[in-house]
Amino acid sequence: MKAIVNVFLKNGVLDSQGKAVHHALSSHGFESVKDVRVGKQIIIEMNETDSATAKEKVAHMCEELLANTVIEDYEIEIQA
Amino acid sequence: MKVGIIQFPGTNCEYDTQHAFASLGCETEILWHKNDAIPQGCDLVVVAGGFSYGDYLRSGAIAKMSPIMKALKVYANNGGKVLGICNGFQVLTETGLLPGALKRNEGLHFISRHHHLKVVNNENDFLRHCSIDQVVNIPIAHHDGNFYIDSEELQELYANNQVLLKYTDASGNIDNPNGSVDSIAGICNKAKNVFGLMPHPERAIEALLGSNDGKAMLEGFISA
Repeated sequence: MKAIVNVFLKNGVLDSQGKAVHHALSSHGFESVKDVRVGKQIIIEMNETDSATAKEKVAHMCEELLANTVIEDYEIEIQA
Repeated sequence: MKVGIIQFPGTNCEYDTQHAFASLGCETEILWHKNDAIPQGCDLVVVAGGFSYGDYLRSGAIAKMSPIMKALKVYANNGGKVLGICNGFQVLTETGLLPGALKRNEGLHFISRHHHLKVVNNENDFLRHCSIDQVVNIPIAHHDGNFYIDSEELQELYANNQVLLKYTDASGNIDNPNGSVDSIAGICNKAKNVFGLMPHPERAIEALLGSNDGKAMLEGFISA
């Protein structure tokens, strides 16, 4: 079983990297770009058969280590 | 006076810190992160600067999982004095011993230069030898020094005199190098026994090397 974790800065916490990428894209003629956010993706291979259990364990990992919940939100997707 | 200095893989300011406290007459001991206890008799534990675990995932994030951090939490919760410098500050916020978080610098650059700081509160062991509004010259060297805290917690910091230092120019006017909320460079916890700052007072103990303003700050911990 595989877990895909996406970690992004919370709404309201300024994403300086997203802003810089947005600026770079706009100045290269990609004028339709409205907003850019930069985050990270963490892919975890697990010895689990039950997706609910896997998700619960990964949520625990996010709270403990993978995300800093003072400034970041996370999303978890479980793939069989 | 005995100072313990925590060393993670990637820490690189432990020997500067050791030199600084030794030159102030302290006994010092480097504490490897795999130790699961703070040695008896430590009057201060410093979480030194550097790049613990290569700053992988987030600065200070992996270090907080090291065995010594569990011991440090117990030590701090029993009133033991802790100072986190630069990466040490990041480790202390990640651990929850200090509020807030350190984000990537607003300008995205690594900044390494001397910077002026203004003393905001001195009713604590760290800055008791400094006066309020005193401007000190201390080096900064960081990529993730952009202090973030939500507005509610920020009010609490002010109400409890936990805001210690702000980035300024030489005249004491706010000069924010990295986007930190309210230009904050250093804070302490509510109990005033855990301190964290991004600038490096241990690199400012010799006038010949640019500044000795850090000496009075570190001296605050001695026989406090």
